[in-house]
Amino acid sequence: MTLFNELVAFLSESANWSGSRGIPVRIGEHVLYTVVALAAAFAVAFPIGLLIGHTGRGAFLAINIGNAARAVPTFGVLILVVLLAGLGFLPVLVALVILGIPPILTSTYAGIRGVEGSTVIAARSMGMTERNMLLKVELPIALPTVIAGLRSATLQIVSTATIAAYVALGGLGRFVIDGQQQRDYGKMAAGAVLVAALAIAFDLLWGLVDRVVVSPGVSGRLPRTRRARDADSPPPTTGTTPTDPLTPEPAGRPT
Amino acid sequence: MIEFESVTKRYDDGTVAVDGLSLVAANGEITVLVGPSGCGKTTSLRMINRTIDVTSGTISVDGQDIASTDAVTLRRNIGYVIQHAGLFPHRTIVDNIATVPHLLGWDKKRSKGVALELMERVGLSTALATRYPAQLSGGQQQRVGVARALAADPPMLLMDEPFSAVDPVVRESLQDEFLRLQQELGKTIVFVTHDIDEAIKLGDQVAVMQVGGTLAQFAPPAELLSKPANDFVAGFIGRDRGYRGLSFVGAEGLPVHERSTVAVGASEDDVRQATGDDDHVLVLDTERHPVGWLPVNGQADISPERLLALGTTFTPAQTLRAALDGALASPTGEAVCVDGDGRFVGVVSHGEIAEHLQTAGRQAG
Ligand SMILES: Nc1ncnc2c1ncn2[C@@H]1O[C@H](COP(=O)(O)OP(=O)(O)OP(=O)(O)O)[C@@H](O)[C@H]1O
Ligand SMILES: [Mg+2]
Repeated sequence: MTLFNELVAFLSESANWSGSRGIPVRIGEHVLYTVVALAAAFAVAFPIGLLIGHTGRGAFLAINIGNAARAVPTFGVLILVVLLAGLGFLPVLVALVILGIPPILTSTYAGIRGVEGSTVIAARSMGMTERNMLLKVELPIALPTVIAGLRSATLQIVSTATIAAYVALGGLGRFVIDGQQQRDYGKMAAGAVLVAALAIAFDLLWGLVDRVVVSPGVSGRLPRTRRARDADSPPPTTGTTPTDPLTPEPAGRPT
Repeated sequence: MIEFESVTKRYDDGTVAVDGLSLVAANGEITVLVGPSGCGKTTSLRMINRTIDVTSGTISVDGQDIASTDAVTLRRNIGYVIQHAGLFPHRTIVDNIATVPHLLGWDKKRSKGVALELMERVGLSTALATRYPAQLSGGQQQRVGVARALAADPPMLLMDEPFSAVDPVVRESLQDEFLRLQQELGKTIVFVTHDIDEAIKLGDQVAVMQVGGTLAQFAPPAELLSKPANDFVAGFIGRDRGYRGLSFVGAEGLPVHERSTVAVGASEDDVRQATGDDDHVLVLDTERHPVGWLPVNGQADISPERLLALGTTFTPAQTLRAALDGALASPTGEAVCVDGDGRFVGVVSHGEIAEHLQTAGRQAG
């Protein structure tokens, strides 16, 4: 039997889809680990990223912590935390959170820093409070970058959450580890494939979130007809004269 | 009224951006800060709304030291316009304009109404209201910037090179509309530019600053041109200041004199007689409105096809610049002067205009 056949066989065996060790339960556990770790990483990294991005203070620190954390081997962290805290959910969570912090921190920081200076100065000069500026101007403009950071944090956490199985927890890692011990390669492969599928599902979800929460003025997802009428970018079709930027355009101009 | 009293700004790195600046921006007037890059114009402007703190000296708004006011409240009472407009890309045009009304807690309907009204006022179609800034041209964005600053009807306006990011043609029309708007609104405006022409065109008072943040001269445009305080100001105004100065000298003192004219439909004999030795004759209609120049050169064919365009005429109420423009456009080098009803008064040559300017300049200087 080829690996592929074994994989299909494992996935089509109905017994594998039920019970406390079945695929749905393992997926649920995996999602739980991911969501909890992501939420914790977000709770730590996002406010710090906002603050550093807005004030410009501590940027050096943020970047270095980000880089250092990236270099730390996750598995090493897990072993270390297990040694210090013992087996259980907490050490796994800590390891995953440490993994999730750098992308969220650096992208939030970079997104806020990336807001144009004139926009920030304008906001402050209009009489916005610093809090208002951050939440109502800087953050909405930084959102695509922040979401990109969350996306990459999610991907890393989803794939790394397999290590939970090493410390006798659940999740899709169970199939990989148990499969290896039982020399059941179909099971192992199923574990890997399910992790990949979950990662894709999360990514699609973030794509959806991005579409819903990012302003069209920032994402550039503007209705086509409108953009074609923009005075600065007249359509390249021959026979149309570029609009005079001074002349207000009539509402119902045919396109 | 905005008053600077020996204001100095030293940045943390030791740069002295503004040094002992004292000036008064009077109510209802446009006060322009002009000078080369880095002379402290933006710093001076932003100290007024406390987005930059003064190092020493005081700035007061309507007699009150701004250091003792709440910065956020102060800013909501002073409109601010910036180069590239500084619009909020994630908000629609109408929401951009309604920024300060939102901050002040006006109800939505009122904010929106004011925003739409302002769009029309600054020459934007309200059809653009639901667009985003990225969907507007540079000139349109700049108008939104002005509308946004005016939304809560603040008595004062700070403008930092608001028209410098658009091409010269758009800039000129934005300037013209800005002046028209100011005539209606009478705001107290501090306007920053590095363009001396813009300063002269827009300013009631012009402060010329030089690098190091010191004030070189503070005067109305005409005085700046006729009596530059020092070599720096003279150099900054440039060599063509004579031409710029023409805009501030009235045309009423020009030695306008008679010249040969003929009426439309005159006979060849009339023309020959009227012209004498001249090679052009000015043609007037029955109401004595000038219609054009007729080249004579020997033959006196007065068919209308041979008539040369009149170019521009001027009235004594206009400036020397209008007269000179007329002279330069005319085939004989003579500017045609008309009265308020457009009837022919006389002509003046560009040589005579130049001579007049020299004597006028000597009297003024
Ligand atoms: N935050 C800052 N820290 C240190 N120096 C500064 C800072 N901002 C401005 N400067 C310096 O202060 C001086 C005046 O700057 P400012 O921006 O006021 O000039 P400006 O007249 O507006 O110039 P421009 O026409 O180029 O806009 C410059 O030498 C500038 O480099
Ligand atoms: Mg500046």
